[in-house]
Amino acid sequence: MNGFPWLSLLIFAPWAGALLLALAPRLGAGASRVLALAFSASTLALGLGALRGFDRSRPGFQLVERHAWIAALNIHYHLGLDGMSLLLVLLTAIVSPLALLASWRDPRAPRFYGILFLLLQGSVLGVFLSLDFFPWFLFWELSLVPVYFLIRLWGGAGATRAAYQFVIYTIGGSAFLLLGFAAIFVATGTLDFEELARLAVDGTLASRLALLGGVWPKVVFAGIFLGLAVKVPLYPFHTWQPAAYAEAPVGVSMYLTAVLAKMGLYGFFRLLWPFFPGPLHAAAGFLLWLALAGAVLGAYAALRQTDLKRMLAYSSLNHVSYCLLALFAVARGSAAFDQVSAAAALSGALLQIFNHGLSAAALFFCVGVLESRADGRRGLDDFGGVRTAAPVFAGLCGIALFSSLGLPGLNGFVGEFLIFRGVFGIVPWAAAVGCLGLLATALFLLTFWQRVFHGPRAGAAAGPFADLGPRELATLIPLVALMFAFGLLPQLLAGLVNPLVSRWTGGLALP
Amino acid sequence: MSLLPWTIYLSLAGALLCLVAGARSAAAARWIALATAAAGWGLTLTAACHFVPLAHLQNVADAAWIPRLGIRYHLAVDGISLTLLVLTGLAATAAVLFSWDIGERTGEFFAFFLTLIAGVYGVFLSADLFLFFVFYEIAIVPKYFLIAIWGSTNREYGAMKLALYSFAGSALVLAGLLWAYVDGGGPGFGLNELAAAAAHFSRPEQIGMFGLVFLGFAVLAGLFPFHTWAPGGHVAAPTGASMLLAGVVMKLGAYGCLRLALPLFPAGFDFWQPAIAWLAITGIIYAGFVALVQKDFKFVIGYSSVSHMGFILLGLAAANARSVAGAVLQMFSHGVIAGLLFAVVGRMVYARTHTRNLDELRALGLYQLMPFAATVFVLAGLASMGMPGFSGFPAELSILIGTWQTSPLWALLAAVGILVAAAFTLRVIQVAFFGPARPASAGPAPALAPITVAEVAGSFLLLGASVVVGLKPDLFLNWILPSLQSPLLRAVVKGGSP
Repeated sequence: MNGFPWLSLLIFAPWAGALLLALAPRLGAGASRVLALAFSASTLALGLGALRGFDRSRPGFQLVERHAWIAALNIHYHLGLDGMSLLLVLLTAIVSPLALLASWRDPRAPRFYGILFLLLQGSVLGVFLSLDFFPWFLFWELSLVPVYFLIRLWGGAGATRAAYQFVIYTIGGSAFLLLGFAAIFVATGTLDFEELARLAVDGTLASRLALLGGVWPKVVFAGIFLGLAVKVPLYPFHTWQPAAYAEAPVGVSMYLTAVLAKMGLYGFFRLLWPFFPGPLHAAAGFLLWLALAGAVLGAYAALRQTDLKRMLAYSSLNHVSYCLLALFAVARGSAAFDQVSAAAALSGALLQIFNHGLSAAALFFCVGVLESRADGRRGLDDFGGVRTAAPVFAGLCGIALFSSLGLPGLNGFVGEFLIFRGVFGIVPWAAAVGCLGLLATALFLLTFWQRVFHGPRAGAAAGPFADLGPRELATLIPLVALMFAFGLLPQLLAGLVNPLVSRWTGGLALP
Repeated sequence: MSLLPWTIYLSLAGALLCLVAGARSAAAARWIALATAAAGWGLTLTAACHFVPLAHLQNVADAAWIPRLGIRYHLAVDGISLTLLVLTGLAATAAVLFSWDIGERTGEFFAFFLTLIAGVYGVFLSADLFLFFVFYEIAIVPKYFLIAIWGSTNREYGAMKLALYSFAGSALVLAGLLWAYVDGGGPGFGLNELAAAAAHFSRPEQIGMFGLVFLGFAVLAGLFPFHTWAPGGHVAAPTGASMLLAGVVMKLGAYGCLRLALPLFPAGFDFWQPAIAWLAITGIIYAGFVALVQKDFKFVIGYSSVSHMGFILLGLAAANARSVAGAVLQMFSHGVIAGLLFAVVGRMVYARTHTRNLDELRALGLYQLMPFAATVFVLAGLASMGMPGFSGFPAELSILIGTWQTSPLWALLAAVGILVAAAFTLRVIQVAFFGPARPASAGPAPALAPITVAEVAGSFLLLGASVVVGLKPDLFLNWILPSLQSPLLRAVVKGGSP
């Protein structure tokens, strides 16, 4: 069971980098940045190593590490990798070095920035790889600390409030999540995710929780739901999001949307759905409306924004809501529903998780580029005709915009198409309402494109406006290249999750 | 194991030495105090290495003392007391390090300090209630002098209020115990004898006795609404004394509840249980909200202590193995972390900036002036709000699990308390250290004395302990859980066997 510890290495390599940086107070700015980047990128090598050792035909957990940890609470250090976590590990490994690169020029305390960033990266990877509540929650909570300081110390004018709001919302959610798991421990005596999933399949978990009587089984479900929903965020728990995304420095905004929001989605797929199939089925009718509200209202809210970062924040709300739309639709479906649709919706959601990470990171970076050339301004009206001033930038940003919009041939299309294909087969009306969101998405992204890049040169682009430098190209080109790669060959990603999805849908057919 | 009584004797001897040597040289007194505290801690750790977790109390010293009344000099230890003994050694050592700057009457300061420590060790070791009470008073009296002589803000008021509350509390305890002693026919003051006699009391008698004893101890543990002495006392006290006060003295109250009140009067506990739980919950949330709006840095930490003690009392009130084990673990954890928070506020910040007003601190942008203090406070603050990886988390998790078993509603409210704790801790971190960066126009930054070696050592000691226990809570849980199976506790603490 305990082979070469690929997964522990993945988690602790960034932390080792953070420790090294912390122990070298005299390190210069340049050396600090290079060291941080090297350790951050090392996870890509380790992730690819794990990919090589990963058997794509098996749905279960692989490369498992399991050691006794806290006997008094039956807790183990338990890590494992399946298709879904592999997808997220790869996403984190790709986006992290690029996000570091994006804030490369920031002159403020690069060593400390590197420490916090590497701590964050290790914690996020820990969340995606842990299979026991104790380590999972440890990484889940620890990830908050670096984010708080990254927003607070490197963010914009409103950063103090944004960072506080972000942390309080998330901790508020986690307190109830913790309560939920305390109750689960009381009911089952274990906090191991695999074990709990097994207990849920045969109905033991539900029947033991039912012994609590009264509203308490519902409170357990609601507590865990709340902790995850705040993190995603699901409408109406999203109010922390626009401020946090807008105030954070560019690299952190990229990371927040590309990776951190995915922690919540991952939790929905890894914890809430497998442990609470019954309650989720019961609540799905209502939750579908919340997901739809996020998708549609998020898109319309984005349409009304003049701050480009806030526009993208609402656009993120819209895109992640589709993933939950797919999950809730599948959870709502009855036993007799169409398995092909369910498989489509679920694979679509997983692909969307990955692809939204790429395109949202690219778009936030592009806004960062605009900001860096306009003395920190980033209004929709602060630019005009950038295309003539910086054609390369315009081209790459355009590709990212169209990827986000879901143009066929680019990565964003596959996930959204599969989600809508699947949801339409299960809950047709929800797919129809969701289309309103697609429409608005197209509108605001094209508005972005038109106002900033077309027309006569105006605003910050009226004077000299440099095209992308080598560092900026190095950040954006990999993302754009991957957009094409996964847009044209979606099976590269789908192949990783197919066995998992067929097991999920196979499990659904059971009564 | 037989080394453990020496913690008491050593501390008393150290106190005497400090008094003598301190008259000539302050430095000598400091080093003697440090050596004594560290040696005491070393003794507890040595004993811990050889400790075999058993259900019952293991004797470490037993001799007749006042035979006519059946009073014995009886010291014994189990997993619960050992956890708290280790805490006492650690907290004392760290508190000496953070009292290194005491320049006025240094010898006397450390003499009182070590006497207090001796009393605390004695309380945690006593298996005879008369002896328990004697040590309890030995711990309380020096506290008054430490605050009244070396204190700061409103020290006479703070010291007097604290002393009055403490004495009122111990009077209640004494009354309850004497009632049980007399009613039981004077079987002696041994824990076991008294428990055997108490088993024959009627329910109303038990209700009355439990009420007196528990209330007396709960005053010292800071149970709402009897907590009002605590924040003011903490603020008035010099740093080292605040650390001991929050770190170990408040634990005496919680320990007394667990060691005496619960096992002696199970029927009484049965009656009072919901009231205690609701008061504890009220304390958690009320003190949390009060901490959220304080303007004085030290008051924030003072109220946060009351809020955290609420968790301990809730864990005791829920009275099942996990919640009580969590409560004992929380006693350790809070002892370490509250000590550290007071050290940063009192020793590192106040001693250098001469202000504890949060608005004034905010204007200083302290994290740039004192990066070390800021880092330590952030880490201690995270530990205090129950961040996983620090000792507070397994304790709170265990309390939540156990409390849920007894009453889901209490657990739900405790979760609200965790949220409030996060809010006030984060606020104070933000306001005290991360104010807006000092504008260049404000003139040169005030020159603050550099952080001393003693402060660095003390910080690492406490943070290290919190992380070690946070990652490996088994270290203590494996001692505590078997102790809850003892004949005395089994009757009140449910669900002991795993």
